[in-house]
Amino acid sequence: MTTTTLSLGGALNAGLRRALEHDRKVVIMGEDVGRLGGVFRVTDTLQKDFGDNRVIDTPLAESGIVGAAFGMALRGYRPVCEIQFDGFVYPAFDQIVSQVAKIHYRTQGRVTAPLTIRIPFGGGIGAVEHHSESPEAYFVHTAGLRVVTPSNPADAFHMIQQAVAADDPVVFFEPKRRYWDKAEFDVDAEPDLPLHRARVAREGTDATIVAYGSVVPTALSAASIAADEGHSLEVIDLRSLSPIDFDTVEASVRKTGRLVVAHEASTFLGLGAEIAARISERCFYQLDAPVLRVGGFDVPYPPSKLERHHLPDADRLLDAVDRSLAA
Amino acid sequence: MVDKIAYPVQLIQPDGRRVFRPDYTSLVRDIGPDQLRDLYEDLVAARRMDVEAVALQRQGELGLWAPLLGQEAAQVGSARALRPDDYAFISYREHAVAYCRGVDPGVMTRMWRGCAHSAWDPSSVNVTNPAIVVGSQGLHATGYAMGAHLDGAEIATIAYFGDGATSQGDLAEALGFSMSFNAPVVFFCQNNQFAISEPVHLQSPVPIAQRAAGYGMPALRVDGNDVLAVLAVTRQATQRAREGSGPTFIEAVTYRMGPHTTSDDPTRYRAAAETEIWKARDPIDRMRRLLEREGLLSDEFLARVQATADAVAARLRSGTVEAPDPAPLDLFDHVYSTDHPLIDEEREQYAAYLAGFAGIEEALS
Ligand SMILES: Cc1ncc(C[n+]2csc(CCOP(=O)(O)OP(=O)(O)O)c2C)c(N)n1
Repeated sequence: MTTTTLSLGGALNAGLRRALEHDRKVVIMGEDVGRLGGVFRVTDTLQKDFGDNRVIDTPLAESGIVGAAFGMALRGYRPVCEIQFDGFVYPAFDQIVSQVAKIHYRTQGRVTAPLTIRIPFGGGIGAVEHHSESPEAYFVHTAGLRVVTPSNPADAFHMIQQAVAADDPVVFFEPKRRYWDKAEFDVDAEPDLPLHRARVAREGTDATIVAYGSVVPTALSAASIAADEGHSLEVIDLRSLSPIDFDTVEASVRKTGRLVVAHEASTFLGLGAEIAARISERCFYQLDAPVLRVGGFDVPYPPSKLERHHLPDADRLLDAVDRSLAA
Repeated sequence: MVDKIAYPVQLIQPDGRRVFRPDYTSLVRDIGPDQLRDLYEDLVAARRMDVEAVALQRQGELGLWAPLLGQEAAQVGSARALRPDDYAFISYREHAVAYCRGVDPGVMTRMWRGCAHSAWDPSSVNVTNPAIVVGSQGLHATGYAMGAHLDGAEIATIAYFGDGATSQGDLAEALGFSMSFNAPVVFFCQNNQFAISEPVHLQSPVPIAQRAAGYGMPALRVDGNDVLAVLAVTRQATQRAREGSGPTFIEAVTYRMGPHTTSDDPTRYRAAAETEIWKARDPIDRMRRLLEREGLLSDEFLARVQATADAVAARLRSGTVEAPDPAPLDLFDHVYSTDHPLIDEEREQYAAYLAGFAGIEEALS
């Protein structure tokens, strides 16, 4: 047993290190991932230790990064691409949705694209335009991609390794405002969940909050505030956005009868819409209130002085819980 | 012009002596003592503005800033070549271009402070708001120039971008489009040697300007720390654009003397010795030496420069610290140009939600 305290960013670094050690076909590629160690330092020291054939600083071109990584995957490599910020994945969008996502289907399973595309996502760090977006719905809507996001260091450590080992392309969203959150965990333990399972992050009986990525800690603090007020909230960390582990969500809602889905992304046609629809189908007779959604507003990500209004906080979550409990 | 790529155009040597090049010197024949002094004043004001913004970031008044330190001559020289009805498409580092075009230093920091995405009305100064998505503005400038060409307007459009941006597909497509449509656009690359941590040779093993040659576009390199040379070559390129001769690519060879942004740590990827070499090529020192040699530096003039720089910095500072925070419901403004029911509903609901807190605060006070 090797218990270590790591930040979420540090855990990703440790996980990538393990992945590089484990399989020599794993390569990391992206802008500034080498000597700088990435703008968030997630790849810090990896180039020094594994060389610049394994940790590759690429030209400043996202379509190039993903398109070339795709080609390397066709040659038997397992590239891990870093997109520097969420708002810069769009130049690579065509490669991801038209090429990477479809190759297995187009070739009737003859060709796989075991690519991991890492994207720091979400707001809350006071950044300028294009640095705080939540583009997950675009990718979740695309068949052929798997999409995941950890919310804590231990998951980050295990999930990045599981993603790299997966034979399907995985879009790996990193909740950037949680990069510095720390936790102690055993780096030698086996992961306790497969990549695509959700986790009950806190047990409760009165209502369920489903969240993922950066909003999970927010949901947990909402649950502790609610506990002080006499309400018992269950919090589910989705972890995987495609596929979604509806069984875990359903089991919780069967118990609590109430569901609030929370995410940073704009609410309209966001993941909350799909979860609300599915759970309404599955739990129609168990629901005591309509499924509610708390998310970003349907506006472009605002200037940073306004982001605290845009991002769902514990108060907005509790407001929704109150409405659910009142129904 | 196509053959000059290997030899950056220079009109002032680092020690302040003039270089005589008939082809380019003639382009700045009208730049007499007063105009030289004005250029110097612009350079000093630009640096002072930038230093002030960095200080404001360190004091917590700005979230971020992308310093232009070292790139003053490339920006001032090219911007001063433009006419009022020309149009500039800039990225996040072109503060001196914005300044020369008349953007109020008091609003320049709005975006960096997080008050608004855009600080000024682009059409009031013919400068776009800064492009953050690297390379995107190359295509926008091309399209704007295509429009100007269709209109028969005798103007030039200029796109500013860095060396890293030339790796983007958007930029490659812009070069292709502008040649296909003979668009009156100037591609102005500030090769400051780095794209964050990545040295320019990772983007291109050959001089950046050679990228244009593959499209059949005239291209040249200029000493980007020589304000006069930059002025000359940009005048030439904008003239070509205005007279309908199509696009030109300029690579201004310069150096980013500071960090990429205020949250970057350049010691992780470059040696101090390299920065020292470029200090000796400082664009402001060079201009000062020229003025000195030509007997154009008087105490009175230096006092004027100082006063202008101080005023610009003061304006930038007061504009920054006094910038009003946006109101919460501003979130919902300007998403669409006409009413949209979803936005209206969200605005209303959020207003009611906030009003609930106001009630609590009132009750508690
Ligand atoms: C499409 C895109 N990818 C990545 C980034 C992140 N980023 C911001 S600036 C920068 C480097 C740009 O280098 P260069 O084009 O040389 O311009 P410079 O910053 O040196 O002026 C990067 C990678 C971005 N803004 N846009």
